[in-house]
Amino acid sequence: MPPEYKLELVCPAGSLPALKVAVDNGADCVYLGFRDDTNARNFTGLNFDAANARAGVEYAHEKGAKVFLALNTYPKSHGWERWTKAIDQAADNGMDAIILADPGLMQYAMRTHPQLHLHLSVQGSATNYEAINFYHEYFGIRRAVLPRVLSFAQVEELAAGTPVELELFGFGGLCVMVEGRCSLSSYVTGESPNNCGVCSPPKAVRWQKTAQGLESRLNGVLIDRYADDENTGYPTLCKGRFEVEGETYYAMEEPTSLNTMELLPELLRIKVRGLKIEGRQRSPAYVGQVTRVWREAIDQCMKNPGGFSVKPAWTVELGKVSEGQQHTLGAYHRPWK
Amino acid sequence: MKLSLGPILYYWTQEKLQEFYVEIAAAPVDIVYLGETVCSRRHIMRLPDWLEIAKMLAAAGKTVVLSTLTLIESESDLKSLRKIAENSDFMVEANDMGAVHRLAGRMPFIAGPYLNIYNQQTLQLIASLGAKRWVMPVEMSLEGLQPLQQSRPAGLETEVFSYGRLPLAFSSRCFTARFHNLPKDDCRFLCIDDPDGKTMRTREGKPFLVINGTQTQSALMYNLLGDLDTLRNAGVDVLRISPQAEHSAEIIRQFRDCIEQRTSPEIAMQQMESVMPEAACNGYWHGRPGMEQMFLASAVQHE
Repeated sequence: MPPEYKLELVCPAGSLPALKVAVDNGADCVYLGFRDDTNARNFTGLNFDAANARAGVEYAHEKGAKVFLALNTYPKSHGWERWTKAIDQAADNGMDAIILADPGLMQYAMRTHPQLHLHLSVQGSATNYEAINFYHEYFGIRRAVLPRVLSFAQVEELAAGTPVELELFGFGGLCVMVEGRCSLSSYVTGESPNNCGVCSPPKAVRWQKTAQGLESRLNGVLIDRYADDENTGYPTLCKGRFEVEGETYYAMEEPTSLNTMELLPELLRIKVRGLKIEGRQRSPAYVGQVTRVWREAIDQCMKNPGGFSVKPAWTVELGKVSEGQQHTLGAYHRPWK
Repeated sequence: MKLSLGPILYYWTQEKLQEFYVEIAAAPVDIVYLGETVCSRRHIMRLPDWLEIAKMLAAAGKTVVLSTLTLIESESDLKSLRKIAENSDFMVEANDMGAVHRLAGRMPFIAGPYLNIYNQQTLQLIASLGAKRWVMPVEMSLEGLQPLQQSRPAGLETEVFSYGRLPLAFSSRCFTARFHNLPKDDCRFLCIDDPDGKTMRTREGKPFLVINGTQTQSALMYNLLGDLDTLRNAGVDVLRISPQAEHSAEIIRQFRDCIEQRTSPEIAMQQMESVMPEAACNGYWHGRPGMEQMFLASAVQHE
């Protein structure tokens, strides 16, 4: 008999305390990265060393949760072994899956550790079933994480064309560009998600008080300028204000967060397998709060999809921790495009 | 060393396209990539129209390659992809793994710059699937390329994006429609008014990026002409020039003259200044932020 369908809540763990909080608050899966450029949240003070990773897997497994390793940057030829060692370590630690973007690494993982489950990272930029089926056919991937650029109708169409499980971003930071297809950060700073696991890295950020207002710069490039009464935001370069033909505005995207909670019944209907929460760079307190709210929402929706509605209290809770205090359905809602 | 002309990244009128390719037929370029790679809504040119231009260019002695869409989101995008992949006359440049899936094992193909080939293992894999040439990711440096060159499979050619506004990012959102306060589904195809895109400046007036529908480009012109020696020494086979609204044939001639050593890159760079819409940059090739300009700073002022 096939196992009963279940939507898994997949939560971020930037540290062992965050992992524990996620598991304790009802995460079905947690995902984490090692402390280097093998993953797309390569930030100082974040991520796991070997001992912490082992302890994390043990803790999660004891409580019935799965652990995924994010290994989702593209290795350059120099340092290739750092990535393959991470795969070996994931296998040794008994991780439940590794999340990969690089086809060369998938081939290594498949040949060396055939028992390891492979997930296609959002950094793999697979936005159609032909692409997903490519990774399935050649490397046997079990699950694909979709870039945050498809409308819900497109997701549904895609789901019908592939046997691979799908995981969607449900909440957190919103990339306006196709993940894996954006080099804006390296154009300005030399470091990008693909090659270094970072976007708009903190070491390139400068804040400066000037007569025109508070300025945020990324490697010298003015990303935004704030009047005294305006809320400031981290200068992720696609979320700055720029001038096009005399108009100054958020030319690419406002500082806002993705929140797809109202789509939950639809996600269940098309049997999406994973609901991913973004934010390995966020605090354990954030992870705990977001996990708790989403656990409750998913449980209620699973019980009664037809009668599901988003509770105002959930929205308030999530609003407290969101970037820019604003929520959007992003590309899932077509007019966003 | 061969020269290629990349696909036109902008939305041009049919008249402008026709004129452009008539001029290109007479220009000293070896390979021409054709097709819409940016936005599936752009519809002035259908596959039969592209094939007609392809035949004209082939008759003029050019090697023609059909490029596929970079962001494939819908069933109708996949339908267009299949039609291109199943054409029997011209090679295809795959810009998405879905395209690789359609082509692998069926016919030789070109692995486009958006496939994220960063290491020799992936390069070998792509070659084993039938790639005859691959285009390096734009953010890769000479140092990053060298190990791939040293171990590349026999017969596999390497192409480097060497001139033009860098295609830096793709989105499903249309930034041109956003500028006009229109939803993408009702974009009115206004990007046709911007044959070189729309410049996005910082709040202190510096040209930063260029909006081209769903694509975001660098405002500065990536130009590796001054790096010709290192490109040649690295065993690069093909230099790609990306079309701009005016003077593409002139840019091609300058590159050709340098390759054949009829002029020096220093002189050519100076002459190109007046036909480049913006200043030059070459940082990526030097392992630096892409927007930086290394060496030859005396010849081309960076802002």
